[in-house]
Amino acid sequence: MKIFQQSFKFLALVLFVVLPTSIFANDTKKEGGQVDTKEEVEAYILHHIQDSHDFSLFSYTNDAGERKHVGFPLPVILWTSEGLVTFMSSEFHHNDDGSVIVEKDGLKFAKIHSKIYELDKDASEVKFDEDHHATNGHKVLDFSITKSAFGILIIGLLMLFWFSKLARQYKKKQIPTGFGRVLEPLVLYVRDEIARPNIGEKHYRRFTGYLLTVFFFIWVLNLAGLTPLGFNVTGQLAVTACLAIFTLVIYTASGNKDYWMHILWMPGVPVLIRPVLAVIELAGALLIKPFSLLVRLFANISAGHIVVMSLIAIMFTLKDSLGVVGATGLSFVLSFFITLIEVLVAFLQAYIFTMLSALFIGMAVAEHEHH
Amino acid sequence: MDKLLNDFSPGLFVVSTILLLALIALMVKFAWKPILNSLNEREEGIQGALDAAENAKKEMENLQADNQKLLQEARLERETMLKEARELKAKMIADAEEEAQAQARKMIEQAQAAIDSEKKAAMAELKSHVAGLSIDIAEKVVRKELSSKNNQLELVEEMLGEATLN
Amino acid sequence: MYNLIGAGLIVIGAGIGLGQIGGKAMEGIARQPEATGKIQTAMIIIAALLEGLAFGALFLGK
Repeated sequence: MKIFQQSFKFLALVLFVVLPTSIFANDTKKEGGQVDTKEEVEAYILHHIQDSHDFSLFSYTNDAGERKHVGFPLPVILWTSEGLVTFMSSEFHHNDDGSVIVEKDGLKFAKIHSKIYELDKDASEVKFDEDHHATNGHKVLDFSITKSAFGILIIGLLMLFWFSKLARQYKKKQIPTGFGRVLEPLVLYVRDEIARPNIGEKHYRRFTGYLLTVFFFIWVLNLAGLTPLGFNVTGQLAVTACLAIFTLVIYTASGNKDYWMHILWMPGVPVLIRPVLAVIELAGALLIKPFSLLVRLFANISAGHIVVMSLIAIMFTLKDSLGVVGATGLSFVLSFFITLIEVLVAFLQAYIFTMLSALFIGMAVAEHEHH
Repeated sequence: MDKLLNDFSPGLFVVSTILLLALIALMVKFAWKPILNSLNEREEGIQGALDAAENAKKEMENLQADNQKLLQEARLERETMLKEARELKAKMIADAEEEAQAQARKMIEQAQAAIDSEKKAAMAELKSHVAGLSIDIAEKVVRKELSSKNNQLELVEEMLGEATLN
Repeated sequence: MYNLIGAGLIVIGAGIGLGQIGGKAMEGIARQPEATGKIQTAMIIIAALLEGLAFGALFLGK
């Protein structure tokens, strides 16, 4: 069993290292690549902040002047005007400005700024208007397993693996061993410091599962975003919106009579003012709370990524004025400390999201004493 | 705002919703439920053990108090017993003394009575003896003295003289 | 241009607010060290709400 496990790990490692290079060995492109100027850095950072359709670790230019990308493609799943279309993202050849057109099932697709457009039937290339919007194509519903979706999958599986292992440990012994010993206090922390005090002794059990999942999901993905793998999952509006809407649905669905009463027809307030307040309260409960949740997480993580990458980019942008050593040193020191802060922020944002979710749920299920 | 909305990918939203729903369901089923249940069980176990220890301590204390009480009682009993014995001893001594005294008194009284009666008897005897003796003497004296008339008169005279002197 | 000025104003406001929250929390902790945990939790929640407001304004203005 032990040997099997070890060999499995080794195999995974080998695959992880060899597979990407082998897949992309023939995938070359002369243009693009080098990031030197301020504009290029900005474009690169914005590109990183966005989701991408393939998983690229890094790219380099070989001796022959060809651009090599190391990484692996991810499946593209599109819901087009003629139904479902799937292909691998490698067919775009890392192009992101719409100049490579993929023909599939009689439809033409182009990728512009990480968005996939379906071109009109007769178009042979993408035409842009002055605002750089494509004029002869339209966006399609893109259910691709993008980098973010892939990250969610991987982290989800990892979490499932860790915590189901911990759960299985409890069947045999009272105190977990190994990595479980690290996880147990975290679980207890979320339960005793976030769920229990904010929701209340009576109801917290129902919501602890959700809060734990969200906490670890956000935290681990935040941390994954700090690794060179370059995930920016919690910096995707779609993901944070999804999380915020989950919380919204949960506290709206579990709100008791008192909760709705206090929103719609609050006692102790003059009758004339009640409708006005009701509108405000309703907007607060249904829009502002989830909006602040989703924007906070998105903005914090995106800002962190932008700052770290900008500080790394000091290496190129200040090379001329500070010299290679000076620019590299400055960049290293600054980005090192900001990365440390980002590690803290990764935890803090997970904590705050979970904490506020618990608080909102607690407000919805609180039992008021009638006076 | 426009850029933000442009960045928002509905497709990713749907995908992540599905993935998250699945993740939450799986995590709750395979991880959180068993983990939280065993944690609760463990906490209850610890609480139970603590309670049991507390109970045992209390029982121990009770037992100790009982022991103390028993000891106290025993000590008290011993003391009363000793006291009683002491009293008994004193009483016995007193009784014995009293009895002895009574005995002695009685003996003395008896002795005195005996002495008295002896004395009386002796006196009576002495009296009768003295009477007999004096009668004898008187007889002899009388026999001798009364042989002459002068002597008789002399005697009478003497006796009369004595009698008047008395 | 104007939205940049607006963003600056938002950041100034949020900075003042965060400073107030942090400073008052510190005072509270100094006054009652045994309530540190509660004060920290409340501080983080309020700071998070303020941050949400500030980010919301920033992104609406962007």
